[in-house]
Amino acid sequence: MKERISRLSALLRAGEISSVELTKKYIAEIERSNPVLNAYVHATFETALAQAEGADKRLKEGHAPLLCGIPMTLKDNISTKGLETTCCSKILENYRPFYDATVWKKLQAEGAVLLGKTNMDEFAMGSTCETSCYGAALNPRDTSRVPGGSSGGGAAAVCAGLAAYAVGSDTGGSIRQPAAFCGIVGLKPTYGAVSRYGLIAYGSSLDQIGPLTASVKDAAIVFDAISGYDARDNTSENVPMPAVTPALGRDVKGLRIGVAEEYFEGIGAEIRAPIERALAFFEANGAKIVRFSLPELKLALPVYYIIACAEASSNLGRYDGIRFGYQAKKYTTVDDMIITVRSEAFGKEVKRRIMLGSYVLSSGYYDAYYKKARSLRERIVGAFSAAFEKCDVMLAPTAPNTAFPLHYSGSNMIETYLSDVCTVPVNIAGVPSVSIPCGTDKAGMPVGMQFIGRKFGEADILNAAYFFEQNGDSGVPEPEGGGQL
Amino acid sequence: MSEKRKYEMVVGLETHVELSTKTKIFCSCTTAFGGAPNTHCCPVCTGMPGTLPLLNKKVVEYAVRAGLATHGKINHLCRMDRKNYVYPDLPKAYQISQSDQPISVGGYVELDSGKHIRLHHIHIEEDAGKLVHENGSTYIDYNRGGVPLIEIVSEPDISSPEEAKEYMTKLQILMRYIGVSDCKMQEGSMRCDVNVSLRPWGQKEYGTRAEIKNMNSMNFVVKALNYEYERQADLLDSGEKVTQDTLRYDEETSTTALMRRKEDAQDYRYFPEPDILSFRISDAFIGKVQGGMPELPMAKKKRYLASGISEQIVEDLYKYRRVTDFLDETVRLGGNMQKAATLITGTVYALLATEEDKENFDIPVTPGDFAQLVKYVDDNKVDFTVARKTLQKMVKEGGRLSDYIRASDLEDLPDDVLREYCARAIAERPQAVADFKNGRDSAVTSFYGPVKKQLQGRNINIKQIDAVLRDLLSKM
Repeated sequence: MKERISRLSALLRAGEISSVELTKKYIAEIERSNPVLNAYVHATFETALAQAEGADKRLKEGHAPLLCGIPMTLKDNISTKGLETTCCSKILENYRPFYDATVWKKLQAEGAVLLGKTNMDEFAMGSTCETSCYGAALNPRDTSRVPGGSSGGGAAAVCAGLAAYAVGSDTGGSIRQPAAFCGIVGLKPTYGAVSRYGLIAYGSSLDQIGPLTASVKDAAIVFDAISGYDARDNTSENVPMPAVTPALGRDVKGLRIGVAEEYFEGIGAEIRAPIERALAFFEANGAKIVRFSLPELKLALPVYYIIACAEASSNLGRYDGIRFGYQAKKYTTVDDMIITVRSEAFGKEVKRRIMLGSYVLSSGYYDAYYKKARSLRERIVGAFSAAFEKCDVMLAPTAPNTAFPLHYSGSNMIETYLSDVCTVPVNIAGVPSVSIPCGTDKAGMPVGMQFIGRKFGEADILNAAYFFEQNGDSGVPEPEGGGQL
Repeated sequence: MSEKRKYEMVVGLETHVELSTKTKIFCSCTTAFGGAPNTHCCPVCTGMPGTLPLLNKKVVEYAVRAGLATHGKINHLCRMDRKNYVYPDLPKAYQISQSDQPISVGGYVELDSGKHIRLHHIHIEEDAGKLVHENGSTYIDYNRGGVPLIEIVSEPDISSPEEAKEYMTKLQILMRYIGVSDCKMQEGSMRCDVNVSLRPWGQKEYGTRAEIKNMNSMNFVVKALNYEYERQADLLDSGEKVTQDTLRYDEETSTTALMRRKEDAQDYRYFPEPDILSFRISDAFIGKVQGGMPELPMAKKKRYLASGISEQIVEDLYKYRRVTDFLDETVRLGGNMQKAATLITGTVYALLATEEDKENFDIPVTPGDFAQLVKYVDDNKVDFTVARKTLQKMVKEGGRLSDYIRASDLEDLPDDVLREYCARAIAERPQAVADFKNGRDSAVTSFYGPVKKQLQGRNINIKQIDAVLRDLLSKM
């Protein structure tokens, strides 16, 4: 019973449960589990119940959209009018936006019920959820481990049944990696497919909002609801985006699945084996495996850190304690006030990336770092286009490892940065990718694999993922909560 | 310039011109000047987290207009860039501007001497908010934040304070003509940064320059440059070096003061704005903008001079687009250009108190009526003095020309009526008659006035009146 949305939607329509009742169940579950998991950082139960009441009305009137009345969660970096949106940073403490992110507007129009805002690495910088100013969220499959990051809270919430689905953001893997760590589905859409208006920026040219769900179909449904051109976002693309949900369920005969060998370099057997099994499964079902080399993948990690940090250093300049958020208690001059606010309220990782980004943009170093990274980025974009002439989708590991133990990455910074190696290339190239569970390691922790597609090739990758989910065997136990709710 | 000027002055200007689009550059807030603090703003122009800029197409159009008016080359592929710096009036801590791919490249502004001040480029950017210091506190008003600007960057082709002033005046006239800005320096809709260096005459290399920031008056620019000349010349004379500093101008003392030294210069860490995609400006668009361009002021000035209007009158006319439009339309409708120009600068201007009044040229007289009035003068049907008085009344009180000058006034006066007027004038002045009879020929002129008075504005040739008077007198 992985498919939560269509199932819950059917129950709601049949009147077997009301949205208010469903919401109350989720609230009870959150109240029970969240003190341990720390998936939610801001609960919005009151507004959730009001939204549920509204949804029940619409459901009674008939013709309610699929997502109507279904409780969900948003990552804490998606702006919600009047509701705390803090990026899990002390610098945005008590910040309540004056406006709604386009994604949240769209979901409200669908009748979504927002249970709360979920935990994340501060400003989405990190891959463990441990840089959150509210403390780390825990992995529901093993609470001695991280849920991944940065959308760790959303992944944990979906995994533990504390929300039907979550909406997160992915700058260098922040949806897919936690999805892999928690054994759920995470979709990073094509850059420009989902409006970024209201998403508090980390790396603007890389950030993209997407769903974290219990099933591929759920991801498709949420994607259909939140995607589409938005005149408020100049980087959103004004192209026809046919719904992808109806495209699921095709077979994979003749599907060309590309395997770029660089994605597997240095990947241990525990990750590699389930993916090879999945490839064999696809081949047995008529897909064609195309193996090739994509040397540009090796450039992606440094290019990612340069571009993301450069953009972040500029994007985060606005947090000065003047108009919102954390305020300095004592200061002498304006400069002193701004320095005090930023010194006291930004976490270590954020400071590190601001410094890195300022450095690569500074005069004298710009050409060697930022400019070079931009030109290499174009090469990577070109390499992906060329690769998609040889194949329809690519299959790759989502992460070189399964979920880290808690407190591991703090003392293993470089290793943690390097663990983004599999996820960052698609952000650089602007193409879509969906991570689904494909196996487990010795400890029983889920392993994720990602299908990567052409720009606006969401239907292709979701269909391949759906085929595996329906017909293959990942051996990953279903996330909790799906059955009972 | 005093004799002391042993150095050549090299000046380049970065002029900021606020565009008069209705809405801001990246959101739909109004650009209206004034307004209660923080009432003309929204999440976008106050840089709230998560908001995104949307480039106002009108801003691009206005900048293209400015580029074409200064003979620049319009870039087909333009890009916005971020200029990062921290200041409380800049809510995002970066200004969205343009660096490598601005709207317009090159071009020039022509001075009266025929000299061209070349332009480096024209780019678009957003204005910052304003800090208000009151009772020991500082407040921020974001109303101006996000108002569109163009920055017009000149080459260092200006070689005197007077040339700097003329360049600015020419730019101001030009920008007003093409309708992109009101260029009101006192309201800050035109302001400039002045780069100035000295070098010995004949030397090719530029000297080290100082930059005077944020000048909001042309007279201050002149004063600041004169002061800088002295300051830098003294340094050079005594063998010291000019340092590449940023200065501010002190209005009270007419001097410049150090703002920051070169080593404290900001590193703006420019990089391409990721929230706005590069955009194309098509030839078709450029063609359309070019097609809508008025005749430019310098061309107009040359045309007026060629038509024989005096230099002083041309100078008073050509700077005001609306005045020249009015004049040109008058001429098109058959009015004599020189007479029309004289009536405008002599009579209408007397009633327009300020520069702004002339700029607006909001008078209740149609070019059609004005052309008709000029034609009456030209055809000797209305006396010039009467025409002036009529025009004055029309400007003040409004109404049509026909309300002031009736058709019957313009009909030829029957001979017997004129004779009657003349006879009456003679009868009233026996002393003058006696003088005339005693051989003082000029005494005849003393009847002109009384006759004219009876004509009530009707324009009768004085020779005709003179002839009738003499005829009557000879018969006495």
